Amino acid sequence: MEPIISISGLSKTYASGFQALKSVNLEINRGEIFALLGPNGAGKTTLISTVCGIANPTAGQIRVDGHDIVANYRQARSLIGLVPQELTTDAFETVWSTVSFTRGLFGKPPAPDQIEQLLSELSLADKRNSMIMTLSGGMKRRVMIAKALSHEPRILFLDEPTAGVDVELRRDMWNTVRRLKKSGVTIILTTHYIEEAEEMADRIGVINHGELILVAEKSDLMRQLGRKQLTLQLNAPLSAVPPPLVDHDVTLSADGTELVYTYSTTAERTGITRLLNTVSECGITFRDIQTDQSSLEEIFVNLVTDRQS
Amino acid sequence: MNYLAILAIYKFEMARTARTLMQSIVSPVISTCLYFVVFGAAIGSRITSIDGVTYGAFIVPGLIMLSLLTQSVANASFGIYFPRFTGTIYEILSAPISAFEIVIGYVGAAATKSILLGVIILVTASFIVPLRIEHPLVMVLFLLLTSITFSLLGFIIGIWAENFEQLQIVPLLVITPLAFLGGTFYSIDMLPPFWQTVSLFNPVVYLISGFRWSFTGEADVNIWLSLAMTFVFMTACLSTVWWIFRTGYRLKQ
Repeated sequence: MEPIISISGLSKTYASGFQALKSVNLEINRGEIFALLGPNGAGKTTLISTVCGIANPTAGQIRVDGHDIVANYRQARSLIGLVPQELTTDAFETVWSTVSFTRGLFGKPPAPDQIEQLLSELSLADKRNSMIMTLSGGMKRRVMIAKALSHEPRILFLDEPTAGVDVELRRDMWNTVRRLKKSGVTIILTTHYIEEAEEMADRIGVINHGELILVAEKSDLMRQLGRKQLTLQLNAPLSAVPPPLVDHDVTLSADGTELVYTYSTTAERTGITRLLNTVSECGITFRDIQTDQSSLEEIFVNLVTDRQS
Repeated sequence: MNYLAILAIYKFEMARTARTLMQSIVSPVISTCLYFVVFGAAIGSRITSIDGVTYGAFIVPGLIMLSLLTQSVANASFGIYFPRFTGTIYEILSAPISAFEIVIGYVGAAATKSILLGVIILVTASFIVPLRIEHPLVMVLFLLLTSITFSLLGFIIGIWAENFEQLQIVPLLVITPLAFLGGTFYSIDMLPPFWQTVSLFNPVVYLISGFRWSFTGEADVNIWLSLAMTFVFMTACLSTVWWIFRTGYRLKQ
């Protein structure tokens, strides 16, 4: 199936000379949730801004559902909704008027019933006539989402959607995103919260210093790059790793009560059986055993650190 | 053409005017009335007539033009600067709307407000001084052209400005002095020859002169020259706006 967004050779250099994007190639599949991860200043917001028409690309081409974002900007932009990172709202407008305004900007005729339903879904119905300046930060964030959805976009960009929101609202937003995905909306989100990407995304892209380092299915990424750790909690502490275990590349905890063995989940042989046999031969007994899978956060940090080094 | 988007911007801007009625309409009307009292009654009583009309009636076109110029610039510059300041400009830039449509929305609303203000001042003036309008169609044409042209100028200033000080600096240091020196309160024929020549470099002279001609049939410069200069100024503003959107100057860089 043709990707809904196709980015090829995209570069962006600001007037200051700062190169925010360096020949980025990326395809977003229809109906997926794509999480774009990267440290501050990596180019996430610039990438989104360029696709949405807020920033001019320096080089490269972007197609949205087959429409070039420069030549056919009307068709391309009408498919996109954007929730920006900052809470940029018209403080003196009411919730109803600001959502209606956005719908009008996208060339859609007034649809009071639809806006009413949208506000209800986002728990904003009772705030419809409130001025935005009177709303809490979380409510303002909901208003931003309502505005982005007011013209029924097929693609939704969420730039750090849950930055600075409480846990309850974050869960609410995740539910909203899942509901949108079910209705066929393609979602691209940038986030600092690895937990968010881990929870929501189908695919993950990692961007750093304007370069797209990696794009992969979340499950593949976790499987390929994931490391597991086997921890043996010993009955009696050791003062050093016994010589037969040195070859197994195990480490001893500072208090000598745990032996930790790190292995790759994708290796043909994990070496666990051999390790346990050697442990037994050494006469070491243990009272518990546990394994931990590396989180997406660790994978992300490793990727970015490897690149930097 | 995205008519609904133009309408959305236009209604949004007009709603802002309704929310700030005192600042947008009442305040300029009061200021103009004060000009009538000070210049028309106090000074005018010592001047019998200019070009065959009373001094009070003579300054009416100039005062309307003064309000039109300053308010067009102020309304349009604030209209586009404020979303840049708050960051809400992102939705204008990411919407399926052309540069031309954005300009129609913002400039159209600013020009509407100015024309409304001009009409209110005209009606107010008719209660204070005896008025006659020799060429009403030309008067309407000048009202339209001037408000659109200076709203375009305001739009440019609103995009150029990087802070509120810069937003104020052009209207205060350029527009207002040019309007005062452009024959609002006097005919440039009353100036010494050297200053008459200097005045001809002031574009506002042509606007006020043409507008006054529509009222009295008398003008400092030829009416066609006034119209031509207005069109030249409008074309310059339109070209600048076109360049801004083509390059993304201060919007998409």
